[in-house]
Amino acid sequence: MAAPEPPAFALTLLRDMLRIRRLEERAAELYGEGKIRGFLHLYIGEEAVAVGALHALAPGDAVVATYREHGHALVRGMPMGAIMAEMFGRQEGCCRGRGGSMHLFDAATRFYGGNAIVGGGIPLAAGLALAERMQGGSRVIACFFGEGALAEGAAAESLNLAALWQLPVLFCCENNFYAMGTALARSQAQTDLCAKVAAFKVPARMVDGMDVRAVHEATRTAVEAVRASGGPQFVEYQTYRFRAHSMFDPELYRDKAEVERWKQRDPIRTYSARLLAEGLLDPPGLAALEAEAADEVEAAVAFAEAGTPEPVAALERDVYTPEAR
Amino acid sequence: MSRTTYREALRQGLREALARDPRVFLMGEDVGRYGGTFAVSKGLLDEFGEARIRDTPLSELAFVAAGIGAALGGMRPIVEVMTVNFCLLALDPLMNTAAALRHMSGGQFSVPLVVRMTTGAGRQLAAQHSHSLEGWLAHIPGLKILAPATLEDARGMLWPALQDPDPVLLFEQGALYNVEGELDEGEAVDIRSARVRREGSDLSLIAYGGTLGKALAAAEQLAGEGISAEVVDLRVLRPLDDATVLASVRKTRRALVVDEGWRSGSLAAEVMARIVEQAFYELDAPPARVCSAEVPIPYARHLEEATLPQVPGIVAAAKGLLGRI
Repeated sequence: MAAPEPPAFALTLLRDMLRIRRLEERAAELYGEGKIRGFLHLYIGEEAVAVGALHALAPGDAVVATYREHGHALVRGMPMGAIMAEMFGRQEGCCRGRGGSMHLFDAATRFYGGNAIVGGGIPLAAGLALAERMQGGSRVIACFFGEGALAEGAAAESLNLAALWQLPVLFCCENNFYAMGTALARSQAQTDLCAKVAAFKVPARMVDGMDVRAVHEATRTAVEAVRASGGPQFVEYQTYRFRAHSMFDPELYRDKAEVERWKQRDPIRTYSARLLAEGLLDPPGLAALEAEAADEVEAAVAFAEAGTPEPVAALERDVYTPEAR
Repeated sequence: MSRTTYREALRQGLREALARDPRVFLMGEDVGRYGGTFAVSKGLLDEFGEARIRDTPLSELAFVAAGIGAALGGMRPIVEVMTVNFCLLALDPLMNTAAALRHMSGGQFSVPLVVRMTTGAGRQLAAQHSHSLEGWLAHIPGLKILAPATLEDARGMLWPALQDPDPVLLFEQGALYNVEGELDEGEAVDIRSARVRREGSDLSLIAYGGTLGKALAAAEQLAGEGISAEVVDLRVLRPLDDATVLASVRKTRRALVVDEGWRSGSLAAEVMARIVEQAFYELDAPPARVCSAEVPIPYARHLEEATLPQVPGIVAAAKGLLGRI
């Protein structure tokens, strides 16, 4: 077991997991109220992965994520209000309401989506890493995707490219065992993902994705290896989605007992219990973190509610880059 | 003026761009050691080195998407796709990422990517190497589509394409690689306008890419029969330069579109629709078109020739438009 973090950092990890959880719980309610529409994919249950992994990156590093990316965007530094307003379809949203839940982007934090074609972000990350390599930089490109994406040609092609050209990509595979509703064993013959990836000569490691401390340690080691070698690394995070795939999913493909078993390992509950036991946190401290997260969520909702629709006259803006005058 | 071929003019454009901007690099299948499938990049590896003349694995999806990533990362990639049919393996990144990214991200990310590919038939390469899909790709908002048909455009379109902040697809006509002529090095080349290549007064032949030479040959033959045909080279297939096309049609009052693409849902259909929408009452005859037969391009020479627009067919259609059959 990894050693405890410095107290302030331990609280940061817990705080960020709580922020994601409370943001998404509220988003689900707002979906029910019709404030958020389209697809909404919740990350609830998987928070330890984004939080542990992203806190292992440096500020200049880039992130490419999937359509289940509210948490990643938040941890990377996007204001919660900009995320919520985007889901409301308001022009105060990070993408002026053009992207919605699945397409959060942020140039300021080098957050390259919000990609909703499964596997589509992986070669994009390889390209960002190629630019980094050609410019002689040492920044890492972290690319998140699910285990389902490993069945895509894009993943195989990109793993090969990254290994062949020794590109600084950190492949972050969030294995929640279901590609939408199709279990890993029902869609991929090789279910040992690290073995699959090792065949591409990308060094791979697996870690318990429900344990934020373990996630952070493993990712930090992998990031250091990317920076030291200049080449790619792969980390498989075994995790579990507590909620449905999207808001339209009746969950016919998994039994409730399995979900309950995983819920026993809730990353927020287990980590806060551990911090309490280790004396890094006390009950009032936990209550304060909860209150802080609740306040931030309500402020984000208020920001989104106060947001305005982009004028329809601007509909065609940014299909092309405006010409410099 | 200098004597050269379409292939050498393309290479000259590449060489000038690589020499002019250190962010520019070329990647694709066999662009380096092999010298380019059609020898366009021959010699560039020795001149610019492996980092900038980059042989890729057979991974169209990944290296086109990596081009997008590299563009986002500050480089100015030129991605070569061997043949237009192969770009179908990369339609996902072209359409779902390159074309959509700026709008979807609320204007945060432009994609300054250039993709070159060979298009068109006439070389007995049969049904998987011969199609003209540029009109099909010109359906996609967010992309710019270029079709160089002259030596000047073959050399000169690349640099403005690289200066463009948005993704540009450049379609090189396979049947033209060996065409020799005088290159006017002083001609200014833009990537926004159609050009009148031959003045005339009785009808407008509107062509591009592989049909430009045939339209000019047809115009020459028509002149022998006392018919004055104007020839318009579209050059830029998206966005279309309506003004130049309409000015010609308003002058001649008759329009014949010549397009190597298939008839149904073709670029020819789009051009005709725009003429009808904007100049209906100025026409002396319904617009007409000569397109490829709607078959997968066959191998046998006589069948391939019968598939494509040819000079006699263009001449006949032109005379039909003038009631001179």
